[in-house]
Amino acid sequence: MGVFQSSPEAQRRHFMQSVAKSVFACMTALLVLPVIAIVGLLFVRGGSALSFEFLFSAPLQGMTAGGIWPAIVGTVWLVGVSLAVAAPIGVLAAVYLNEYAGDSWLTRIIHLAIVNLAGVPSIVHALFGVGAFVLFFSLGTSILSASLTLAIMTLPVIIASTKEALSAVPMSFREACWNVGATRWQTIRHVVLPNSVAGILTGVILQVSRAAGETAPILFTGAAFFLPHLPQSVNDQCMALSMHLFTLSTQVPNVPPQITYGTALVLLLVVLSVNTTSIIIRSRVRRRRRW
Amino acid sequence: MRKGWSKRRAALERAKERAIELLIAVCGVSAVVFVFAIIYFVFREAAPLLFGGLDFGQFFGSEEWYPDSNSNKRYGALALIAGTVSVTTLAMVIAVPFGLGTAIYVSEFSTGRVKETLKIVIELLAAIPSVVWGFIGLVALNPLIIDAFGAPVGLNVLNGAFLLGLMSVPIMVSIGEDALKAVPDTYREAAEAMGATKWQVTWRVLLPAARNGLLAAVLLGVGRAIGETMAVLMATGHAVHIPTSPLDSVRTMTATIAAELGETARGSDHYRILFVLGTVLFLITFLVNLTADLAIRGIKKR
Repeated sequence: MGVFQSSPEAQRRHFMQSVAKSVFACMTALLVLPVIAIVGLLFVRGGSALSFEFLFSAPLQGMTAGGIWPAIVGTVWLVGVSLAVAAPIGVLAAVYLNEYAGDSWLTRIIHLAIVNLAGVPSIVHALFGVGAFVLFFSLGTSILSASLTLAIMTLPVIIASTKEALSAVPMSFREACWNVGATRWQTIRHVVLPNSVAGILTGVILQVSRAAGETAPILFTGAAFFLPHLPQSVNDQCMALSMHLFTLSTQVPNVPPQITYGTALVLLLVVLSVNTTSIIIRSRVRRRRRW
Repeated sequence: MRKGWSKRRAALERAKERAIELLIAVCGVSAVVFVFAIIYFVFREAAPLLFGGLDFGQFFGSEEWYPDSNSNKRYGALALIAGTVSVTTLAMVIAVPFGLGTAIYVSEFSTGRVKETLKIVIELLAAIPSVVWGFIGLVALNPLIIDAFGAPVGLNVLNGAFLLGLMSVPIMVSIGEDALKAVPDTYREAAEAMGATKWQVTWRVLLPAARNGLLAAVLLGVGRAIGETMAVLMATGHAVHIPTSPLDSVRTMTATIAAELGETARGSDHYRILFVLGTVLFLITFLVNLTADLAIRGIKKR
C-alpha cells in the first residue's frame, strides 16, 4: 500500500461523509420544492383570473363572479390600523429592553412574555379579542377590534427586529454622545434611532406581512363574509383577503376555481412581496453598515 | 431674568424627558400586560362554566362532543384532544428530521450564496399564510392522498400533518441553526484537527453540544403545530372521533373553536366551553414555550 493511498477506514469515513451530506441536501431540497410547487400551482391555475377587473370590482352573484376589491380594501384597513397601534408600542418596547433595562428579573419576565405572545395560538388570540375588545370594551365586531387583536399578536415581530437593529448600534456611539452631555433620551432620539431606522423598518414590514395573512384572529372580531359596501370608519366591519379565501374555498358552493385560485394567488403575492422587500432592505443595511 | 427663563426651560426639558421615559417603560412592560390580559379575558369567559358544573371527568375522558344537543348536552373533548395529538405527532414525525436535517445542512454543509438563498427560502416558507396552506391541503393534497392511498376522503390526519410539518419546519431550522452556530468554533477545530470528517464532527461533537438548542427548536415547532388553526380547520375533515389510522378524518381543538364560535350564543354553555378549550390550549403552549425558553437560556449561560 502506497503512502498516499487512503486506508479503508479513511475511505469509509469519506463515504459516510458524502452520504450524510447528500441526505441533508436532499432534505433541504424537499423543503424548497413545496414553496416552488405552491407558488407555481397558484400561478398556473389562478394567473388567468388576475386582471384589472378582478382586482378592482366587487364580488357578484353570491361571490361566484366578480372580483375581490372589498377584500383588498378591508385588508388594507386591518393592516393599517394594526400597524398604527403595534409599531409605536413595539419600537418603544424594544428601546426599553435594549437601552434602559439591565439584566434583571423584570427583563427576563418581559422576554418570556414576548416569547409567549408569539407562541399563543392564533385562535386563542381570537378568543381574547372577542372577550376583551368586542365584549368588554364594547367595540363590537369592527375593524378596530380586529386590528387591536392583530396588533397584539404581531407585536413580538416588531419588538424582536427593532431590538436587533438597536443592539447593532455600537456602544461607542452612545458613549460619545453621553460624553458631550446629552441625556439618555437625547442619545436615543438623535443617535441610536436614526442609526437603526432601516432595521426597524424591516420589522415593521414583517408585521404587515403577518397581519395581512392572518385569518383566525379576525374571524370573530371584525371580518365579515360579505359586505355590499366598503368600510367607512374603524367601527365598521370589513372583508379581508385571507378571510375571503377561507369563505370561497369552504363556505360557498359552486365558486369557479379561477376565482378562488386568483384570491389565493393575490394573498400569497402580497405576503411574499412584502417579505421580500423586508429581506432586501435587511441585506442592504447589513452590507452598507460602516462600523 | 434670562437665567430664570433658561432654568425653567431646563426643568421643562427634564419633565418632558421623564414623561418620555415613563412612556418607554410602559411600552416595555406592555408585553407582560398583554399576556396577563389574554389569560384574564379568555379565562373570564370560561370561568362561569369552569367553576359551575363542568364535568372534568367527561371533558377529559369522553369523546362525546354534543354541545348543541337539545336533550343531553355533552362536552367530552377527548376526541378533539386526540385530534390535536394525532395531527401534531404525525407532523413532528415529518418535521423533526427535515427541520433538524436542514438546520444542519444550512449551518454546517453550505456556505456563501447557497446558504443565504436557503435561509431566504425558509423565511418565505414561514411567511405563507396558514389559510393558503389550508387551501393547498384542500385543492392539492386532498386528491393526491385519495389517489395515492385509496382513501375515501383526502381531508384527514395525514393531510393536516403534512401541512403542519411544512409550517413548523421554518422555526425549527432557524432556532436549530442558531443553536449549532452557538457551538464555539474551537470545538469544530479541535475535532477536525484530529482528522474527523465534517459528518463525524457534526454527529459526535456538534449535536451533543447543541442538544438543548435543538430541543428548543423541536419544542417551538410542536407549539406552532398545536396552535395552528386555519390549515387544520380546512384540511383535516371535521370528524369528531378518535382516529385509528392516518387516513381518518379528525378535528383538532383549535379547529373546533374556529368552526363553532361563530354559531354559538354569547354566554351559553357551548360558547363558554370553547373558551375552556382556549384556556387549555393557552396552558399547553405556555408550558411548551416556557420549556423551550429555559432550554435556550441554558445554552446562553454556558
